[in-house]
Amino acid sequence: MVVFEKPKALTDAPLHYCPGCTHGIIHRLVAEAIDELGVEGKTVGVAPVGCAVMAYDYFACDMVEAAHGRAPAVATGLKRAMPENIIFTYQGDGDLASIGMAETVHAATRNENITIIFVNNAIYGMTGGQMAPTSLPGQVTQTSPYGRDTAVQGFPIKVSEMLSALDGPEYIERVAVNNVKNVKNAKKAILKAFKNQVEGKGFSLIEVVSSCPTNWGMTPSKALEWVEEKMIPYYPLGVYKDKSAEKKED
Amino acid sequence: MTSSSSPGISLKQEGISYIAGADLPALIVNVQRGGPGLGGIQPSQSDYFQATKGGGHGDYHLIVLAPASVQEMADLTIKAFDLSEKYRVPTMLLADGTMGQMMEPVELPEIAPKESEKPWAVRGTKMEREHNIINSLYLKPEILEKTNFERFERYKAIEENEAMYEEYMMDDAEICVVAFGIAARVSKNAVTAARKKGIKVGLIRPITLWPFPKEALKKAADKVKGFISVELSMGQMIEDIKLSTECKKPVELCNRTGGMIPTPEEVLASIEKLAKEAK
Ligand SMILES: Cc1ncc(C[n+]2csc(CCOP(=O)(O)OP(=O)(O)O)c2C)c(N)n1
Ligand code: SF4
Repeated sequence: MVVFEKPKALTDAPLHYCPGCTHGIIHRLVAEAIDELGVEGKTVGVAPVGCAVMAYDYFACDMVEAAHGRAPAVATGLKRAMPENIIFTYQGDGDLASIGMAETVHAATRNENITIIFVNNAIYGMTGGQMAPTSLPGQVTQTSPYGRDTAVQGFPIKVSEMLSALDGPEYIERVAVNNVKNVKNAKKAILKAFKNQVEGKGFSLIEVVSSCPTNWGMTPSKALEWVEEKMIPYYPLGVYKDKSAEKKED
Repeated sequence: MTSSSSPGISLKQEGISYIAGADLPALIVNVQRGGPGLGGIQPSQSDYFQATKGGGHGDYHLIVLAPASVQEMADLTIKAFDLSEKYRVPTMLLADGTMGQMMEPVELPEIAPKESEKPWAVRGTKMEREHNIINSLYLKPEILEKTNFERFERYKAIEENEAMYEEYMMDDAEICVVAFGIAARVSKNAVTAARKKGIKVGLIRPITLWPFPKEALKKAADKVKGFISVELSMGQMIEDIKLSTECKKPVELCNRTGGMIPTPEEVLASIEKLAKEAK
């Protein structure tokens, strides 16, 4: 009996992520969802600019590499040109919540029938640890060496809370991947975000609270503790919007 | 296909560079207005440099077509799609505010839809082939250099085969007016008026701005006494005229900018001045 194998929707290319980085777990969960729904042959993924830029080599489905932040616009084009295909984006917080904020908000408010996997690691990973729109108050980064000063640099953007205030989006949930229980929950949410698209329900975004041990300057296990102690209290996990569930309750 | 007017086209330059880098076909229509900045909303040709020299970042070209009538707006749109698909190079239809606003009779040609093979397209693998990747990222410089070399091989073929221009009264011309789009129509009137005054003048109207009709200009340089570049800008195409003719003959500029259009009288005055000087 096979109890554990590599998802088919991942290629054999070795991942380039740092040891202990949670990008790898999230890739796996996305690939498992694609496998379980049996949609790999009609899925097109959109990779971001960020540490996941080379996701196009890792997912076995057709892939597009978008410009920084523009993945939801590219995904919109793909979905509208090919409504039968399954389109997802995989984006970091610098990509999605800074340069790509306009694309994100407008895709959400249009309720584009796409799936967005949003990896929030509170930092610009790829470029060496600059402050992101999601960096926590007081967080030390390359560009906030004395800690993020909210009087100067403003407050972190809570993407799930913000987007769920819109009438457009179908489903928004924040999950984490810092322990087994959370990974299982994240899997459920990601699967649902893809299933929503298969069922034509509309815009589904899963915010995954992630870690960046390298740029946080921590060991992988310390980084996971930091997720639990600092990130999750600021970014509470849970379902922020689920239009179909709300309808059932009416 | 996408379209806008100058400031919107600046905004699209990021995407255009990525399209060029990923070797995707696309048509971009720029109905130019005066700039820089928010500029104005009247006709202009001041995006010539941006359109013909790249526009966004990186080593690339667009195929640039310049219509001079509503009919050509239609015909060149069809041509632009075909060229773009043939070479996998984004193409720009570079019009101006007058082309965008004027009314003229136009015959829309019957065209049978063409199914072109796109084995590179991302429509899903159907689990029948390896995955396709639309990408402009090459972290290894050797590979990026190779893709740029390969793209420029295609550009070379485009330069050799696709340059388009119209000649008007050039057979015995001693002065050559060069103009595209609305400026060419104004210039044609001026050329006709100058001919009535006995001045041997003709017009070369580039229809493709990239590739620029270099050969036609080079040939003209051997027989005319001088050129006049008529433009709705501070003089941009004039540089390509000088390059194509290797500055063999003087090139004058007759221009208005900021949304102003030179009148046939202004162009005629320019022709008369050069005719006198060239004697
Ligand atoms: C227009 C543009 N600006 C800046 C960059 C440089 N850049 C590359 S990755 C990156 C940060 C991405 O950070 P994030 O989205 O948080 O992803 P992570 O690397 O943390 O996974 C930046 C700014 C770029 N490629 N394009
Ligand atoms: S820099 Fe951070 S986000 Fe990027 S791979 Fe390394 S640990 Fe992961």
